[in-house]
Amino acid sequence: MKEIKVALVGNPNCGKTSLFNTLTGLNQKVSNFPGTTVDKKVGHFTIDAEHKVKIIDLPGTYSLYPKSDDEAVTFYGLCSHENKDIPDVVLFIADASNLKRNLLLFTQVADLGYPVVFALNMIDLADRKGIEYNYGLLQSRLGVEIIPTNARKMKGLDRIKQAILSAHRSSTAPFFETTGLNQSMLEECKTYLSLNNSYSAVLWAHNQMLLFKDGEQLKKFKEILARNLFCEKKEQVEEIVARYRMIDIILKETSKRKASRNQISLSNRLDTIITHKYFGLSFFLLVLFVIFQAIFSLASYPMEWMEVGMNYFSNEVEHIIPGGTLNNLIVHGILAGLSGVIVFIPQIAILFFFITLLEDIGYMARVSFIMDKLMRSFGLNGKSVVPLISGMACAVPAIMSARNIENKQEKLITIMVIPLMSCSARLPVYTLLISMLVPETYLWGFLNMQGLILMGMYVLGFVTSLLSAWVFQKILKPAGNNYFIMEMPAFKIPMWRNVFLTIYEKCRSFVFEAGKIIVAISILLWALSSFAPAGEFEKLDAKYKELASAPTKSAEVLAAEYQSEKLEASYAGYFGKMIEPAIAPLGFNWKIGIALITSFAAREVFVGTMTTIYSASGDESDFSSIRLKMIEEINPLTHQPQYSLAVIASLLIFYAFAMQCMSTLAITYRETKSLKWTLLQLFYLTALAYLSSLLVFNFLK
Amino acid sequence: MKLSALAKGIEAVIVSIEDEDLSVKLYEMGCLPGEKVKVENIAPFGDPIAITVSGYKLCIRKQEATSVLIKLDISEGN
Repeated sequence: MKEIKVALVGNPNCGKTSLFNTLTGLNQKVSNFPGTTVDKKVGHFTIDAEHKVKIIDLPGTYSLYPKSDDEAVTFYGLCSHENKDIPDVVLFIADASNLKRNLLLFTQVADLGYPVVFALNMIDLADRKGIEYNYGLLQSRLGVEIIPTNARKMKGLDRIKQAILSAHRSSTAPFFETTGLNQSMLEECKTYLSLNNSYSAVLWAHNQMLLFKDGEQLKKFKEILARNLFCEKKEQVEEIVARYRMIDIILKETSKRKASRNQISLSNRLDTIITHKYFGLSFFLLVLFVIFQAIFSLASYPMEWMEVGMNYFSNEVEHIIPGGTLNNLIVHGILAGLSGVIVFIPQIAILFFFITLLEDIGYMARVSFIMDKLMRSFGLNGKSVVPLISGMACAVPAIMSARNIENKQEKLITIMVIPLMSCSARLPVYTLLISMLVPETYLWGFLNMQGLILMGMYVLGFVTSLLSAWVFQKILKPAGNNYFIMEMPAFKIPMWRNVFLTIYEKCRSFVFEAGKIIVAISILLWALSSFAPAGEFEKLDAKYKELASAPTKSAEVLAAEYQSEKLEASYAGYFGKMIEPAIAPLGFNWKIGIALITSFAAREVFVGTMTTIYSASGDESDFSSIRLKMIEEINPLTHQPQYSLAVIASLLIFYAFAMQCMSTLAITYRETKSLKWTLLQLFYLTALAYLSSLLVFNFLK
Repeated sequence: MKLSALAKGIEAVIVSIEDEDLSVKLYEMGCLPGEKVKVENIAPFGDPIAITVSGYKLCIRKQEATSVLIKLDISEGN
């Protein structure tokens, strides 16, 4: 069976993903292009008994003059001689309702000499706009086979498959004549790079920085260009103008514009409402409200099932495997880590359901549009809004969704500040601490004081994240193009297939990539709390053996106290005591120190750890027992309550700012591909938490 | 006159783009001299703006729109 390599190329928003999904179904793999965080989607399908196709979805671009990482990948995919997947055929997809701009890229690809199959998508939309094409004439003018498609209705797929077999180079003369350029330079470039296509020499000259990693080669190539007085910007502009002139002539001959029935399209009418000064903003708030509610309330059911399921599974495993360290490691290290991974899946799935849906119908472009100005003043982008808001549910999917931001610096700043948004894991910690801070009273008879403070914590997180973004913007030098030029695609009916495929893909990549790191750290934390310096546990065992032989307390109380002392004696307790001098200025003792260490697995572990330390009874949802024990504790030095107002406030602030989430760190590393930024995130958040707590504690003391 | 000063709903023709870096990007997006433009929407905070050009809708910031020179007389265009 012969394998044909096909590259799928087209503008953004022309239905490329839909066509890819329809052609390949679930038979696709997503990975990263080497050295980038750009998704590389590769799929397979068969044409007939002798031919199968490996299709690569290259990121959408408007031209072969790349301006972002994504676009550079497409350029590499078509032009780099180091690319092992250099396509045999290019499947070009274009939006028929907006053909002029789409043809710019087509003429570039055709001039590179690739055999092209031309899928003309969204004919129904063009029809509604009153645009009619003479397909026969268009076909002969473009010199390739044109296939009208509708990925939504699976129309044209068989013809595409057949056309791939018979694809040929564009039979017309080049759309852009390179004869008008500096010939001696082109010849020199062609010889130097051993090329036979003149237009690819032109593109290499324009994108030299992208093609040579090797300093010596780049230097020599630059010398050739400099000797020939090569002027990059000017020539790019001239080429684009020349191509559009040609496209205008072709389109004038091959298309007709009927007076369309309704002059103002439905999409345009929707836009006047959705981008309206007051209504547009209210509608956006409503959308956020729905997403937020869904993540909080809908996700809680499957999360509960998963927790129950995992607990049941852990219990079973605990009984099947013989007791001892191995059993302990599997149940409390590996399985606990695994359940920490899968418990996030419902939130990720629900968040991405909304994000993909809104992206698919075209609403996301409007969100960026209406919020851009506000976010820009903080060094962010209109597209940062959704990731930030999602951070209130969970920073993990929120950071994953920051991928849509093209500007590298704005994307980075967004990722850096997302963990400051109060996520749902902080909720149990806040609830416990706030209940110790104020009794359940009502202000003016109806405002719940605890609820008010809780809301204050959320507001604090939001404001701090904007301020931090502003600081980052001041420190970082503006990188790359700092403009906002974005197509606003017409509103479309969503393709559910796309939505569900994306959800599947996001969950899969979370489980397999961030999951690895989470499980590893979980095992480490398990080891810290289950091992102790030599002899410590033995001493403890002996002590409790004695106590058990002459019981003064019930067996349950003894067991709880044993667990508490065991944690104190373990390495976690050891480290808790070790960091005590560092956290004492914040009003924290070594018990809180242990909780700070263990809650690195997940913030809500704070409550569980405190319960173990104070050997309190009851599960995590019942705070009354642990609350009482903490309130009653007396500081042996001051003879005042250990948990004074100052300590609780300081602890609250610490949990609001500190980077205590290994999943977030793992996902930040995955998305930034940079250890430097991941560590910076850890350190700046920890420093912010430390200093703020220090201030609060000393102010209230 | 500059595109940033064009009132909503009025049609105009692009004359030229002053900023060379920006012109490559705007040209490839179909904002070419001689092309008709119209401001369709203005974002709630007054910036960016959405324009129709080359048969589709494009968002740009006011800052970028100041580099686009236009004329109101559309009859001379193509």
